[in-house]
Amino acid sequence: MNASIRKIVVLMDETSIEMGEAVSPPTRRAVACAVIDNPCAGRFIKDLSVLTEIGVELGDLLTKRCLSALNIRPEEAESYGKAAIVGEAGELEHAAAILHPKMGTPVRAALIKGVALIPSAKKMGGMGTAIDVPLGHKDAAFVRSHFDAMEARVSDAPRRNEIVVAIAVTNSGRPNPRIGGLQKHEIKGEDGLR
Amino acid sequence: MSSLIEIRRIATITEEIMRETGPAPGHVLRRAAVLAVLTNPFAGRYEPNILPMMEALKAPGLEMAKRCIAALGGDPKAVAGYGKGAIVGEGGELEHGALWHVPGGYAMRELLGDAKAIVPSTKKVGGPGTRLDVPITHINASYVRSHFDAMEVGVPGHPRADELVFVLVMTTGARIHERVGGLQPADIKVWDGQR
Repeated sequence: MNASIRKIVVLMDETSIEMGEAVSPPTRRAVACAVIDNPCAGRFIKDLSVLTEIGVELGDLLTKRCLSALNIRPEEAESYGKAAIVGEAGELEHAAAILHPKMGTPVRAALIKGVALIPSAKKMGGMGTAIDVPLGHKDAAFVRSHFDAMEARVSDAPRRNEIVVAIAVTNSGRPNPRIGGLQKHEIKGEDGLR
Repeated sequence: MSSLIEIRRIATITEEIMRETGPAPGHVLRRAAVLAVLTNPFAGRYEPNILPMMEALKAPGLEMAKRCIAALGGDPKAVAGYGKGAIVGEGGELEHGALWHVPGGYAMRELLGDAKAIVPSTKKVGGPGTRLDVPITHINASYVRSHFDAMEVGVPGHPRADELVFVLVMTTGARIHERVGGLQPADIKVWDGQR
């Protein structure tokens, strides 16, 4: 494994009542975070491929951690998202190198299918920095009920030379969605949009 | 379920810690927290008799403790440290958080085979997103130095003014790289919950 992982933190939340109204079935969301050493910290490195390969490993590992926390089969997953927080001795481009070139393939493989863009967020930050991981339906980006975000943080990370990498997976949209738009049962699931 | 108990949301946090800044010790420390967001039936008024809720919290306490053990892999024997806490939304009072002492503590001690040590705790009144550092000690002897720890937890968006967040935390062992001496688990002899 290329990634040197210091810790893995998984948060799963399950909402059964919102504003006094039952959420049935309860919405369930998970976000898995890995705290890794940043092998490119402290200096300018032109070729960031070492981080891109780390993205492949973590795409698989963190997606499976989410499925395990949700206790669902891959085909039951509905939305996803990804994010990274780079410690201050790194640069924002390091997050991009992990998240964008190759991470999507193992995420989609772990979920069997996922034709929509995986929404993402990134930032620089110190220990305890929170990031709001954006969520979108995995097979049709326009499904309005599944636009959401999940806050992730690790209290003692990232240190200066670390990166926090997060992947979020859900089995549902927002609690009691009711603003219309494309519904999940209307998805064609071919072009990633509708 | 009692009318005093309305669970709106449950969040489970698990951590696997391989190392700190030093060399990996070769085992993984696991920590888990279960946070339940409940309606505070006493929010917005002074209610002199809040004790019925303490009784009503026993069942959800057991359910949360089971979830916490499950989050650590399912074996109660693997649990070595514990702690608990409460965050009261702004429409409530600190005393409402104190309702968690008995049901939260006894639920864990029961499921962990009559654990001896008092369950360390913390509580506060706070707004949505408030974080809580839940203290952790060894389940059988409070003075075991290697197991003194704390886990920062919270539920984004909660507690609202009319909510309570109750927390249970369990761990599988000592701090990673523990090396400040003191009482070790193998040296527990008195079995009074302290040493």
